[in-house]
Amino acid sequence: MPDSIQMRVTRYTPGDSAPTVADYDVPLRQDWSVLDGLNHIKDNLDGSLSYRWSCRMGICGSCGMNVQGTPKLTCGTFLSDYAPGPVRVEPLTNFPIVRDLVVDIDDFMEKLPKVKPWIVRNDEAGALIDREYLQTPEELEEYKQFSNCINCMLCYAACPVYGLDEDFIGPAAIALAERYDLDTRDRGRRERLDVLIEREGVWGCTFVGECTRVCPKHVDPAGAIQRYKLEAAKESVMAVLLPRGAL
Amino acid sequence: MSAPATYRQPVSRLWWLKKPTYLLFMLRELTCVFVAWSVVFLTMFVYAIGRGEAAYRRFLDWAASPVVVVVNLVALAFLVLHTVTWFALTPKAAVVRAPRAGRRVVATKMVYVAGKVRPAATVIQVGGRVPGAAVIAAQYVGLVVVSVFIAWLVLR
Repeated sequence: MPDSIQMRVTRYTPGDSAPTVADYDVPLRQDWSVLDGLNHIKDNLDGSLSYRWSCRMGICGSCGMNVQGTPKLTCGTFLSDYAPGPVRVEPLTNFPIVRDLVVDIDDFMEKLPKVKPWIVRNDEAGALIDREYLQTPEELEEYKQFSNCINCMLCYAACPVYGLDEDFIGPAAIALAERYDLDTRDRGRRERLDVLIEREGVWGCTFVGECTRVCPKHVDPAGAIQRYKLEAAKESVMAVLLPRGAL
Repeated sequence: MSAPATYRQPVSRLWWLKKPTYLLFMLRELTCVFVAWSVVFLTMFVYAIGRGEAAYRRFLDWAASPVVVVVNLVALAFLVLHTVTWFALTPKAAVVRAPRAGRRVVATKMVYVAGKVRPAATVIQVGGRVPGAAVIAAQYVGLVVVSVFIAWLVLR
């Protein structure tokens, strides 16, 4: 194994007409992640480099970047997998660049609350704090996979539909809607469906499936979206067959 | 305070060539054209049979011309791609459940309490959710059954 690797990092300062690329040679160590390489650059080579990171253990979801063209959590991606290099590190695609490797995710932050990613209980006021809602392990298992989402935005960066149509609500938001719909304590299915049944909801998805492939937490947003489409289609058919509501 | 100037990353017109998975997606979308062609071809075939033997012979001669053979070979390849990819995607959209009898204990967590190892929690497989592979296999079985039935109908 060579003892250093070249990192080709995107640089952008607000006001620049377009991003540029800067090359840095960093030590290549077996246990160094791409994030370790970026930290080495910031500490030793160029203190002006900007990027987000926090936990270094795949939990916080802030260090997502495109590594060699694929959205990755840089804390869980090893430099040695790209040896002998160079390895390209770019900001997540489909998001506006704020500076260097930092992207603006406001669009997602505005969309997420629309699907009400919390337990909705409108039937009994204050019911959630007043009493316990028991759940069996099987009931937990139904939605557990979808609750692993850490909002890292890798799925949005991988989704060509989101890149082409920024109105599309996107993979993570739909997976989180599914997470609460499948929760036996929740009663908000109808409210979420009203949002997701629209064109920019689940029907925007053409099932490329890349969101599921890049998800570092195995959430399977593509699966959630297809399940929702089935649900939405059933709802539309029922609306035609029983216009006055369910029997 | 005004928002900082951000750089909007352009999406290339050829984005679908950037990854093999994107390309496969585009090819899968393209299969609909060949599915439509197959329907048209079969309809013409049935129509020719209905118009009598002369029309049927003319149709066969036309279908045997090199251009039509090449088109049909390409169509067959796309139909296979269509079938394989869509069958593979079905378990994503449809969650199929077996009767509850399908439940079984898959793991027991052991904990160390007061000097002894004791079972603490039993993890039970979800109420008989049929694995994706079984859903895909069932579709192929269905395809074979329908194909054999049609072959029997035509050849008997």
